[in-house]
Amino acid sequence: MLLEVRDLHVEFHTREGVAKAVNGVNYSVAEGETLAVLGESGSGKSVTAQAVMGILDMPPGKISGGEIVFKGQDLLKLKGEERRKIRGQEMAMIFQDALSSLNPVLTVGEQLGEMYVVHRGMSRKDARAKSVELMDRVRIPAAKERVGQYPHQFSGGMRQRIMIAMALALEPSLIIADEPTTALDVTVQAQVMDLLAELQRELNMGLILITHDLGVVADVADKIAVMYAGRIVETAPVHEIYKAPAHPYTKGLLQSIPRLDQKGQELYAIKGLPPNLLHIPPGCAFNPRCPMAQDVCRTDVPPLYEVDEQRRSACHFWKETLDGR
Amino acid sequence: MPEPQTPDEAISQAGAGGATDLAMEEGTSLEKTPGGPEGTGPAGKPRSLWSDAWRDLRRNPVFIISSLVILFLVIISIWPSLIASGDPLQANLDDAQKGSEPGHPFGFDPQGRDVYTRVVYGTRTSVTVGVCATLGVALLGSLLGGLAGFFGGWWDSILSRLTDVFFGIPVVLGGLVFLSVVTSSTVWPVVGFIILLGWPQIARIARGSVITAKQNDYVQAARALGASNSRMLLRHITPNAIAPVIVVATIALGTYISLEATLSFLGVGLKDPAVSWGIDISAAANYIRNAPHMLLWPAGALAITVLAFIMLGDAVRDALDPKLR
Repeated sequence: MLLEVRDLHVEFHTREGVAKAVNGVNYSVAEGETLAVLGESGSGKSVTAQAVMGILDMPPGKISGGEIVFKGQDLLKLKGEERRKIRGQEMAMIFQDALSSLNPVLTVGEQLGEMYVVHRGMSRKDARAKSVELMDRVRIPAAKERVGQYPHQFSGGMRQRIMIAMALALEPSLIIADEPTTALDVTVQAQVMDLLAELQRELNMGLILITHDLGVVADVADKIAVMYAGRIVETAPVHEIYKAPAHPYTKGLLQSIPRLDQKGQELYAIKGLPPNLLHIPPGCAFNPRCPMAQDVCRTDVPPLYEVDEQRRSACHFWKETLDGR
Repeated sequence: MPEPQTPDEAISQAGAGGATDLAMEEGTSLEKTPGGPEGTGPAGKPRSLWSDAWRDLRRNPVFIISSLVILFLVIISIWPSLIASGDPLQANLDDAQKGSEPGHPFGFDPQGRDVYTRVVYGTRTSVTVGVCATLGVALLGSLLGGLAGFFGGWWDSILSRLTDVFFGIPVVLGGLVFLSVVTSSTVWPVVGFIILLGWPQIARIARGSVITAKQNDYVQAARALGASNSRMLLRHITPNAIAPVIVVATIALGTYISLEATLSFLGVGLKDPAVSWGIDISAAANYIRNAPHMLLWPAGALAITVLAFIMLGDAVRDALDPKLR
């Protein structure tokens, strides 16, 4: 296994109290595999990713438990400097908004080339040649001419491709993409996702795709982990989850996708709001919004039940959910 | 420096480039296509913040006038003998308080020294104090403030309170206290005193702009790609945070020059036999009704010098602050 996150807990110490952003997350990614982490805002998906990358702001954040095992070593036991050397070389991250993720005062070529200068000790000239190569690779037209331009001179989709190029520069074995297509329009989204998936196959990288867009997931992911209130509520191979969700929350998410064959009907929405992380409800965190909630849901935190060999669901009534569709 | 484009040209080229980009984004084929004749490629000349600012400055008459004045002042402070052949210390009491006469256009001071020569030689003092104090303040202030802003924590708290303490010291009173114990007649005690009281101003500004720059996504992105603290500070934060420091430092330069004159006027800055406008103004003040020329010439030189630096600072601010565009 390339990356294994085991029972990870992350808290944020705020003035109002301790916000438990991540409460025992487990997931794993193998080489060449794509894991989609799905969840609404505040479900802890980005925080988990930041913890894996080691870029969590501490304080106020605090990793209060768990292990992050990458290529056999627990990253949480490494020193800051050792950790830094892994970033960029072994694992890299693609951010949501490519315009704000690129430095406005440096040219694109300088920023791409920086990866080689810092980590590989290349000369500026060689690094520039490498940057052109990278830009070609992510299919930016006229790369040779555009390498000296500034980020604002590129369109949104191109900027995101430059971000991808930066992340791929040193051919890391793990890429974390945090909502890489949210800021793009739909046609460009598809192109960027295709490019990412293709490069991933080519380099046999592990990819963690963080998103709240179920449409993006279906095409590229191998497996899905659905998060809610800092916990994983369901993991499954991608196609099975679409066929038959085993958790009421996943089911609600799938029902709330607009569909062409339901034109004119009211769009389904999960009732209520995601819980305040300062006061997560006892029992199953989803129980106040769950149509199937029983007494046991309000008292006992559901463990991850084994649905089958590859599927897990954190619902006391996963059997009923799976059948009653 | 490439030939400047007219604004219209730049806009039309950017527009053409943008249109080409869009077409490529939406096109089904993502094959590498060469840039159009005036499309993506070299036509849209990359322009950095600094070249933009420079372009603005060159068209600003305030900048041109003030920088010509400053250039002149700097030249005569390095080679005063270029325009004044006399000795600023040569005194002949027979000439005391005499008005203008051939060879002595500004007349004589109470000691019978040539006012013109003293005004010219006084430039050196003022420019030296202004430039050295500003450099010292800018370096010390931005170093301390920048580090405080970047690392935060206890260092930041201590430094912020320390700047409060320094802000509480009245400049003139502080000067009377600190400088009255110094006997040296060189400019260095004055420079040191100005740095001592001046750095908190720059430190606060540097701290604030580093904190703003630090929160930018691209700094986080650089961290996720393995950049070290020093690299993030130097390459990503400094270029984005330095503009306000430059602006404030330029304006402060003028006020430091007048501060030196103030302190010399009060008798605690430079002392005879040093040549300084402040000393001359102080000596001439008693004779203002009988021989006003002794006061007006050095005072005029001081006013023009301070004004030139403040105007320069203003022009630089207009060019560097994108919000004023």
